[in-house]
Amino acid sequence: MEGWGRYPRHESQAIDCRLPGALAGTVAARAGLIGRGNGRSYGDAAIGEHATLMCRGLSRMRSFDPANATLTVEGGVMLSDILRSFVPRGYFPPVVPGTKFVTVGGMIASDVHGKNHHRDGGFGDHVSELKLVMAGGETLTCSPTRNSELFFATVGGMGMTGIIAEATFRLRPIESGWIAQKTMVAENLADALKALQQTEDATYSVAWIDSLSQGSSLGRSLIFAGEHATLDQAGGMPDAGRFAAKHAGSFSLPFDLPQWVLSKTSVAAFNELYFRAGVRKAAKTSLVHWDKYFFPLDSILEWNRLYGRRGFLQHQCVVPAEDALAVLSGILERFARSGKGSFLAVLKKLGGGSGLLSFPAPGYTLALDLPVTQEVFRLLDEIDELVVKAGGRLYLAKDARQSRHTFEAGYPRLAAFKELRKVTGADRHFSSRLAKRLGI
Amino acid sequence: MKAIGKTLLLIGGTSDIGRATALIYAEAGWDVLLTGRKRSAVQREADDISARTGANVLVHELDILLTSRFEDFLGVVSPLPDTVVCVVGELGEQSRAERELEHAAMIMRTNFEGPALLLGLLAERFAARGSGSIVGISSVAGDRGRASNYVYGAAKAGLTAFLSGLRNRLSGSGVRVLTVKPGFVRTRMTHGMKLPPLLTAEPREVAQTIFAVAEGSRGGDVVYVRRIWRPLMTAIRSIPEPIFKRLRL
Ligand SMILES: Cc1cc2nc3c(=O)[nH]c(=O)nc-3n(C[C@H](O)[C@H](O)[C@H](O)COP(=O)(O)OP(=O)(O)OC[C@H]3O[C@@H](n4cnc5c(N)ncnc54)[C@H](O)[C@@H]3O)c2cc1C
Repeated sequence: MEGWGRYPRHESQAIDCRLPGALAGTVAARAGLIGRGNGRSYGDAAIGEHATLMCRGLSRMRSFDPANATLTVEGGVMLSDILRSFVPRGYFPPVVPGTKFVTVGGMIASDVHGKNHHRDGGFGDHVSELKLVMAGGETLTCSPTRNSELFFATVGGMGMTGIIAEATFRLRPIESGWIAQKTMVAENLADALKALQQTEDATYSVAWIDSLSQGSSLGRSLIFAGEHATLDQAGGMPDAGRFAAKHAGSFSLPFDLPQWVLSKTSVAAFNELYFRAGVRKAAKTSLVHWDKYFFPLDSILEWNRLYGRRGFLQHQCVVPAEDALAVLSGILERFARSGKGSFLAVLKKLGGGSGLLSFPAPGYTLALDLPVTQEVFRLLDEIDELVVKAGGRLYLAKDARQSRHTFEAGYPRLAAFKELRKVTGADRHFSSRLAKRLGI
Repeated sequence: MKAIGKTLLLIGGTSDIGRATALIYAEAGWDVLLTGRKRSAVQREADDISARTGANVLVHELDILLTSRFEDFLGVVSPLPDTVVCVVGELGEQSRAERELEHAAMIMRTNFEGPALLLGLLAERFAARGSGSIVGISSVAGDRGRASNYVYGAAKAGLTAFLSGLRNRLSGSGVRVLTVKPGFVRTRMTHGMKLPPLLTAEPREVAQTIFAVAEGSRGGDVVYVRRIWRPLMTAIRSIPEPIFKRLRL
């Protein structure tokens, strides 16, 4: 079994679960178990120490209350299904990650952040209630006010408190399925941080960084700010309707690409073209379809094969705003110097997270993709040092390799989390390869 | 989505094809009545469809083997649906059916007796009203008996013949009778089997075909979901028996 990054790979027994009624028995029957949604976490978070409960069959929506836009679904419901059903009816999920092929259980367990984290918090902040199947098989209803300790341990808890059988959260009313996007250009990292600060009022904002530029243009970026287009804005759209489904033609990579394809030269060329295209669009507002704005990578199914058979790593850290410039410069410099190209280098401003192990913390987060090689591990260990020193942390949903030291330094509420696992018996029952590796 | 005041009765609402079909109708604004053996299981599907589409979805407990309850059931189904789709079926195990009378009988009754009797009763009511669509899901397995599944195949052949006769009788009455043969479908029934991709449909594809045929945007009385099945089954049907018996298909 493997995660989206295809590294690492571990043996784990896959157990199917299709009926909510069967959950109690299935969960109680064995220890060393972890829930798995759609396997979009990169590393070993969704690989059970001994067994892995496949939750995708728990894919039924339970109810929708239009009076307050509240949706209740089973934990295995896919975000793509929610979008398919609700965008045409004028609603959007409160928070979405960079792929729509994730489950609600996976989004809660990772307390995923979107481009609106600076304003709206993580997905967990919009969950009003969830049903958790505990070690012994009993189901407990948790909310911010009821069994709240367990609730805040489950949000961002990476499946280590139990199986999320059901969740209730609020959708956001929208007037159209289009996003009014403004592109800004930042010549270097300082500018980029400033721009993200200035776009704080925008609902969505994110920066794409040219990860290979060095010297005075280190950290040169394009900043994309977005709003859900209003009726008026979308009414002027040339093609199709306000909520056009637009099934963009998708294709799969039929085979693994050899590693030279992602050479420094090809990434540099890509970055240059991408940057120039952005500069041309700068300062104009354009309407972008929601699918393209939020999930550009989804149109290439199985793009993880781009990195070849050995797989790839994503390194995502968050560092406090105060010394973000110095720390992130250090990271980017090391990265550029090593010549390891990254198609994906994303910078974003985050607010705080509510779960005990939630990744988001006030500051800036930087995410980079890297093919697995021996040198990369050394490079990332070095970079982790900088993160730890700055009081930052790494995202568990992306992690495949951080050390216990890095992890423990980054998550100050870990002791409370472990205590809760003990009290509920989860520590003897729910365990992933990630939990094992990090000693949780 | 706007309600259009039409009702679908779907017999077998917890199957993958049944669920997909009910969803397509609900998305098109139909009210839906789902039936299944276990209320809690059907209710789960009904809630799902209703949350996804905003449609009215009701449930009714109905076991296709309890034929004596059919009249009572239809007595409470009001108003009479505009379209009925019966997807009930059970592949069973051929080798077990060869040894166990009860298992063979269950396969025959589930795939033929139950669906035929129920659709027959509905046909009477539709005929009296002078409108409606009746869709029976049969199978390519009913086109010719094969060593590997002839008990199931025979029952489906029975259903195909029944629907064909019903269609013949009701032709010109305003009631349409349709036979849909899905071919291989990726469902729980075929989970774990190796299926040829060209011949294998997704449940949603089957559902779309049912909707298109029943509601008139695709022609035909007897429809294969993937069109490639028609020439294929014509060829298989035309193999002479002396040769066929040695092929062990
Ligand atoms: C292209 C891409 C872009 C991404 N962009 C972002 C982003 O912008 N922001 C962000 O925050 N993340 C992002 N991610 C990460 C992704 O959102 C998370 O990894 C998410 O949790 C994956 O969901 P999943 O359903 O596939 O869960 P899995 O990967 O299967 O599982 C993830 C975790 O959730 C737990 N889990 C899953 N289901 C359940 C359940 N029912 N009950 C209990 N625990 C469960 C697992 O045990 C595991 O710890 C991205 C990932 C990809 C591939």
